[in-house]
Formats: sequence, C-alpha cells, structure tokens
Amino acid sequence: MARSYAIQAEGLAKRFKDTRALDGVDLEARTGTVLGLLGPNGAGKTTAVRIFATLLQPDAGRAEVAGHDVVREAGVVRSLIGLTGQYAAVDENLTGTENLLLIGRLLGIPRRPAKARAAELLERFGLTEASGRAVKTFSGGMRRRLDLAASLVGRPSILFLDEPTTGLDPRSRGELWDMLRGLVAEGVTALLTTQYLNEADLLADRIVVIDRGRVIAEGTPDELKSQVGGQVLQVRPVREGDLAAAHSLVARAAGPQTRIEGEAVTVPVGDPELMPAVVRSLDGAGIAVGELMLRRSSLDEVFLALTGHRTGPDGGRREADARAGERKEERTVSTS
Amino acid sequence: MTATAAGAPIGAGGRVRPGAGLRQTATMAWRSLVAIKHNPLELVDYSITPIMFVFLFTYVLGGQMAGSPDVYLTYALPGIIVQNTLFMTTYTALALNTDLTKGVFDRLRSLPIARSAPLIGRITADLAKHVWAMLLMVALGLALGFRVTGGFGGFLAGALLLIVFAAAVSWCAVLIGMLAGDAEKVQAFGFTLIFPITFTSSAFVVVDTMPGWLQAWADVNPVTHLSDAYRGLLLGGEVGRPLLWSLVWAVGIAAVFYPPAMRAYRAKT
Repeated sequence: MARSYAIQAEGLAKRFKDTRALDGVDLEARTGTVLGLLGPNGAGKTTAVRIFATLLQPDAGRAEVAGHDVVREAGVVRSLIGLTGQYAAVDENLTGTENLLLIGRLLGIPRRPAKARAAELLERFGLTEASGRAVKTFSGGMRRRLDLAASLVGRPSILFLDEPTTGLDPRSRGELWDMLRGLVAEGVTALLTTQYLNEADLLADRIVVIDRGRVIAEGTPDELKSQVGGQVLQVRPVREGDLAAAHSLVARAAGPQTRIEGEAVTVPVGDPELMPAVVRSLDGAGIAVGELMLRRSSLDEVFLALTGHRTGPDGGRREADARAGERKEERTVSTS
Repeated sequence: MTATAAGAPIGAGGRVRPGAGLRQTATMAWRSLVAIKHNPLELVDYSITPIMFVFLFTYVLGGQMAGSPDVYLTYALPGIIVQNTLFMTTYTALALNTDLTKGVFDRLRSLPIARSAPLIGRITADLAKHVWAMLLMVALGLALGFRVTGGFGGFLAGALLLIVFAAAVSWCAVLIGMLAGDAEKVQAFGFTLIFPITFTSSAFVVVDTMPGWLQAWADVNPVTHLSDAYRGLLLGGEVGRPLLWSLVWAVGIAAVFYPPAMRAYRAKT
C-alpha cells in the first residue's frame, strides 16, 4: 500500500442490529492533509472514526492508518493516533495538568518530561491559568481544548476529530479551527467529521460526504460545489406575500429543487437560459422582484442537493439536524 | 514509516509489555486517588458516612438494642464496617459508569495501553479507599470504647478478609457499572441490592429474633458469614465456620460475576 496515504479504507462495513452504519465506504487522506467527513446525524461518521481509532472492528472491508491494519496491528495504530471524540473525554475531578499527566504517564513518558509536555500543551491551548483547577470548573470551550490537548500528548502524526466543535460557541469554534490549522501546518494528518459545512469548507483539503453509511460524493470543496449545477438563482419578491406564488412559478420553470429560504426563492441552475425565462414568468404574473441574482452554490446547498432527495423534504431534515445539534449542546452543558 | 509516538510502551508486535501494563495500572490507580483532592464529596462518602453510621448505631440504637451503647458497639461495629465495605463497592460501579458514559474509556482505549489497566487500576484504588474507611471506623470505635480483643493478628486477618470479599463483590460492581445506562441507575441498583442483603443478616442483630423464614435466609446470607467471621477475628472468638463460608461466598461471587463483567467490559470499552 502506498505510504502517501496516512488514512485509507476500502469497503468498510459495520452493522448494528438492523442498521447498516457503514455500507461499503472507501476513503483516503494523503499525509499532511485534512479529510473532512461530512454527513447528517446517523450517517456513519462516528462509526468510521471509531473503526480507525481501533475502538470498533469492521464487519467487512479494511482500514489502514499509516499502512497499519487497524484490526491486526491495533497496538501500532494506537501509538500513532490521537482521538478527540464528540464529548470532552477528560476526567472532571482532575486538574488540567493532571489530565495531561495521566495520558503522558500511560504512554510511558517519565514523570518530569510528562509534566513538561503537559505544561507546554496547556500553554499552547491557552489553559495555563486554569491548569491547577479541576476540569469541572472549566467552560465547554476549555474542556474541548483540553481534550484536544490530551489527544496530542504522545505527539501523534494522525488525528481523528469527531465533531470537535459541536456545541461550542462561535468564538471557541474559531479558536479550535486555528489550533487545528497550526497542527496541520506541522505535518499532522487529520480526519475531521462535522455537520458544519463551513467548517469542512474552511479546514478540509478534501471532503467525503456520507449518508446512511454510503459515500455519496467526494472531492475538494470547490469540486463539490461545481458538481451540483455550480450556480444558484436567488429571487426575492418585494412583497413577502408573493413568496408562495414566486416559488411555484420558479419551480415550474426550474424544477422541483426550488426552495424557499428566508424571504427568497432559491434553485440550483445549470442552464443559462433559465434566468430570462424566470424573469419573464415573474413579470407576466405581476410579481415585483426586489432582488435577483445568480451566485455560486454554497457547500450547504451542495449537501442538501446530495442528501435531500434521498431523505425526504430538505427542510424537515435540516430542522431535525438542528434539533439534534441542540440536544447535543444541552448534554455538553449538563455535564458541567 | 511514520515515527512512533514518544516512548510509547509498545513492543515489536504492537503488544503492551507486561511491565508497562503494571505501570499503567498504577497510573490509573493514581488517577482515582488524586481525584479525591478536587472532589471533597468523595471524602464524605468514604469518611463522614462511615463515622455517622458508627455514632448512629452506637448512641441512637445501642441502648435499645443491647441495653447500653458500649455493649452494642462491641457487637455492631464489625457489622457496620462490613455493611460500609459492601456499600462502597457501589462507588466502583459509579466511577466506571461515569468513565463509560463520558467517553473517558474511548480515549483510554485509543491509547497503546493494556486493556485491563483502567479496570484493575480503578479496583485497586477503590480497595485502598476501603482500607482507609475501615481504619477510620476501627479508630473511631477504639475511641468510643471498642476493644480489639482478637489482637493485632486478628485485626490484620479481618482486614484481609474484608479486602478479599470486597474484591470479589467488585466484579458485580463492574458488571452493574458497565450495563447501567447512567449514574442514577447504578445508585438505585446498588442500593436496592445491598441494603436488604446487609440488613437481613447478623451484621446488626442476632438473627434469633427474626421470623423463621427470614432466619433461614439470614443463616445462609453471605453478609451473616462475613459479619460473624470479621467479628470473630476482631474480638477473638471462634471463626472457623463463618470464615470458611465467607471465603466460599467470595469465590462463588467472583466466579459468577467475573466472566460476564469482563465480557461487558470488553464489549463496552
């Protein structure tokens, strides 16, 4: 197997009772890059990470980390990776320093260098001041940073980050992104799962979109954006009362992917002839248009275009995801 | 070939070396003990509650039970210590359950360490806490008039018996900790299991006054055997039979709960 891939999986499958969490997933990440694993809740992202991190064994297929099979060479894989899960997996009753010291000592680092490593990481993650306090007094963002620090104690060359920013406020999220960028600049390879499209857009070199345990698209963020039509037509009627009428007119001209988004109607377009046709029909119906634009689709729209038709109405799916995200946030908060 | 993490205790075949496994177990035990510093509530569990029980049984119940607090203390203190030891095994289940639900076990399992280190480290640390609580209660008992007439040898043998029994019951605690959905369920389960078992025994009363059917149970209750054996060792009485039965029960409990506990641990962590 070529060493240029730090992370590689072929035909990965895992089944939990009646659910196929993974149903033949292929993916790979080149050394020193970030692979974004994108998908809605229950798509199989966490299952994939757990297999790579040797926490789960696949039913079929194989997964390799730096050329080592995650099942047959689990011990070697564990010595190469760092894992940051969805919840901050740190001991609440230990201080920041003690948590990192615990990991360092478990990895066989002698006490003094382990202490030095802990201090170095706490400094880097802006936790020096809080280093002597029990983690239960930490904020959510501080816990996540400590958790990321804990995954770095052994200087892993490959990192698995499972929704590392879920439940964080925008500022903490931005801080975590900066830290991840810094690590990648040092040569670390990362597999990042996320529900946030802008997160994948900002951080990932390549993105694999999975849904219901299958890969449904992959490529660079730009490739993915151009893969689905590439452009979006957006129409905002002057009167909000015309929104429904505008929606049905645009849908008649552009097809069923037309959606209402806020006060505007949007639809991905591939055909350049479409815009004049839409304008004519709106004009014919006497709907005054306040804004009409053709723009590049966001990764958000790519995602919906890819997963939407397979899972029913887009709106419902999106709301369900948002609610699930909130629940997760509550859970994170309630542990403090 | 990517460089291995600094100093990772992994042999050529990717397996953890035995010496490293022992060190990791000690590190995990350290983690359980150092947490007390930042969680004073744990001190309450392991210190204040036992002290409270000794006072309660001696001064509130003692006069009624045996005519005088001093006489009752001599009978009841070993029973109180036995009951407290069994109750404290719930904390093992609680701590393991918290590690499981909070994702700490995931982190630990992604490290190149012996699979058993987190479990054995926890049990070892908790046994040390058992010893601490036992010493505290004996010391308090001595201050209140209890006399270890069985001598230092009896005291040591008694301590050893309690540790062996607690270690056996720990496997039941491991199973509960692994299977329970959350900490509340662990507590409820521990309470509803241990409370009736300890009170339907000779820990606090002579079983003769119980109705026949209950006496029949109390006579075979492991807590009866353990209380009688521990009492005998501390006070210097005849211990052969209860000691033998205590050890039989300890072996039986370990034999019944160890396999499913390990299976659950391997499946869940």
